[in-house]
Amino acid sequence: MKDFWRRFSRNRGAVVGLVILLLVCLVAALADVIFPGSPWDMATAPFMPPGEEGMLLGSDSLGRDVAAGIAHGSRISLMVGAVSTVAALAIGVSLGALAGYLGGWVDDAVMRFTEFFQTIPSFVFAILLVAIFTPTIGSVVFAIAVVSWPPVARVVRAEFLSLRSREFVQAAEVLGKSRLAIVVTDILPNALSPIVVLSSLMVASAILLESALSFLGLGDPNLMTWGFLIGSGRSVIRIAWWMSVFPGLAIFLTVLALNLVGEGLSDALNPRLARKRGGAA
Amino acid sequence: MELSRLPGFLLRRGVKAALVILAIVVCNFFLIHAAPGDPASVIAGQSGAADERFLAQLRQQFGLDQPLYVQLWIYLKGVLTLDLGFSHRQQLPVWTLIAQRLPATLLLTGAAFVLAVTAGVTLGTLAARRVGSWADSIITVIALTFYATPLFWVGLMLVLFFSVWLEWLPSFGMNSVGVELYGIAAMLDVAQHLLLPALTLGLFYLAVYARLTRATMLEVADQDFVKTARAKGVPEGQVVRRHVLRNALLPVITFAGIQAGQLVGGSILVETVFAWPGIGRLAFDALLARDYAVLLGVFFCTSVMVVGFNLMTDLLYAVVDPRVEVEG
Repeated sequence: MKDFWRRFSRNRGAVVGLVILLLVCLVAALADVIFPGSPWDMATAPFMPPGEEGMLLGSDSLGRDVAAGIAHGSRISLMVGAVSTVAALAIGVSLGALAGYLGGWVDDAVMRFTEFFQTIPSFVFAILLVAIFTPTIGSVVFAIAVVSWPPVARVVRAEFLSLRSREFVQAAEVLGKSRLAIVVTDILPNALSPIVVLSSLMVASAILLESALSFLGLGDPNLMTWGFLIGSGRSVIRIAWWMSVFPGLAIFLTVLALNLVGEGLSDALNPRLARKRGGAA
Repeated sequence: MELSRLPGFLLRRGVKAALVILAIVVCNFFLIHAAPGDPASVIAGQSGAADERFLAQLRQQFGLDQPLYVQLWIYLKGVLTLDLGFSHRQQLPVWTLIAQRLPATLLLTGAAFVLAVTAGVTLGTLAARRVGSWADSIITVIALTFYATPLFWVGLMLVLFFSVWLEWLPSFGMNSVGVELYGIAAMLDVAQHLLLPALTLGLFYLAVYARLTRATMLEVADQDFVKTARAKGVPEGQVVRRHVLRNALLPVITFAGIQAGQLVGGSILVETVFAWPGIGRLAFDALLARDYAVLLGVFFCTSVMVVGFNLMTDLLYAVVDPRVEVEG
């Protein structure tokens, strides 16, 4: 663990990313304390520029506090990012494990299925799913999970393919362990590090995808989100630039932080690769 | 790959593409059935009459009283003849609506793609040749930034900067309103409107291609055939162009094929921001009106575009791969 942390902190960008990410989590946790009351409530006159009337980041077309919207929106973004990643991991890991461990026609079938999902334009498909199953937080998470599992399945399959013929797996087979037990207790723990790195990047892209959906008006109508804030600022960008600039910065910082942390994790978990990359850069 | 094997390779890819499209059509069919509201009652609601006999008549007319597999067969036959359904909101066939908007989308995605590939490969080559220099770091920082920025937000910021503050470029539409232009003036007008949307859509991929080109060029530069070329006394510029870049381009092409779907998806966001009259904007309007027939049509069309694009990259791969030339 100490070793892990030492390698992680050698990547300065990753440490910066981690700090930003912790700050975003703090804002999300304290949103009700810093900005009590609903972010949908009118707080002041409409279109107040940042800094006036006690509005740190200005107010929107209905006099709502943009800063309060961003703070409350951070909860939804982080939550959707995390939950949809967990769901995508569940689909991707089980399909990838199945294909990689069993091989043969199962592998073929699963890979064709995965390729199909990689070929179709995923964003258009996500829009379609949310529109058809009506926009709720559940359908948004479902749609994001459905379009983001294929890379996981590929990575897990590749890991399982190379691990299943190793000696420790053969030993477990000789001992008479069941297939399920071998997959879960012997192979999966050894395939974990690429999955961990991938999932930090998936949270980042899930946040981007969620913001794009709610920008198009496909967010849950009862929840304040960053994408919704930018979407509502779009038509009035000529008179109220702050309405779209600040929520966008919030998305940018969060996603950047997650990407940086992902690189740090990759360095910490694959020290050999990190040294190679350090040599090339 | 040998040239003589090329037709077989393309045939296999063609069959695969056709199967993918078939799967998309079937997928579409089941999504129609998952959409809220029985199509007959939706139509009846829109035409203002809703008694039971009229509904039954509508169901019969559209084959909705048939078993599911018969309906699927009817739907498949329809799609084969470009019958993608009827938009009861706009009172036009879906294919007509899409065909009107397709050229604008192709222009936008094409321009963005060309921009991303040319600028990305150039920047990536520069970065790889001067590893560790300030130019290299700047390119890495730009790439990281665009990885993390929502596409639609980049568009809005460009509008804010270039249209609202500097007033250099138009912020929406494809043509100037209220003036009639012909010939070169009309083309320049469209180009002016195209610049910001194409830049928005292209910037992210530019960053991606720059990073990818840099990484693969560094990898190829270490290989034996490059050392051999240098040892033979081939000039440095020629080594980079003929030996390194040409081999480094292969993964870039593969990646371009994989990314095609995202480029098309991104165009929905960009067209929404810039009111660009393409199929993305059509999808956004259909979304607001919950016009599922149009949405499904757009999904089908964009999927076909992506499959077509993948076929093209396969062909290109065969052309660029130096081994084809050696053996042919």
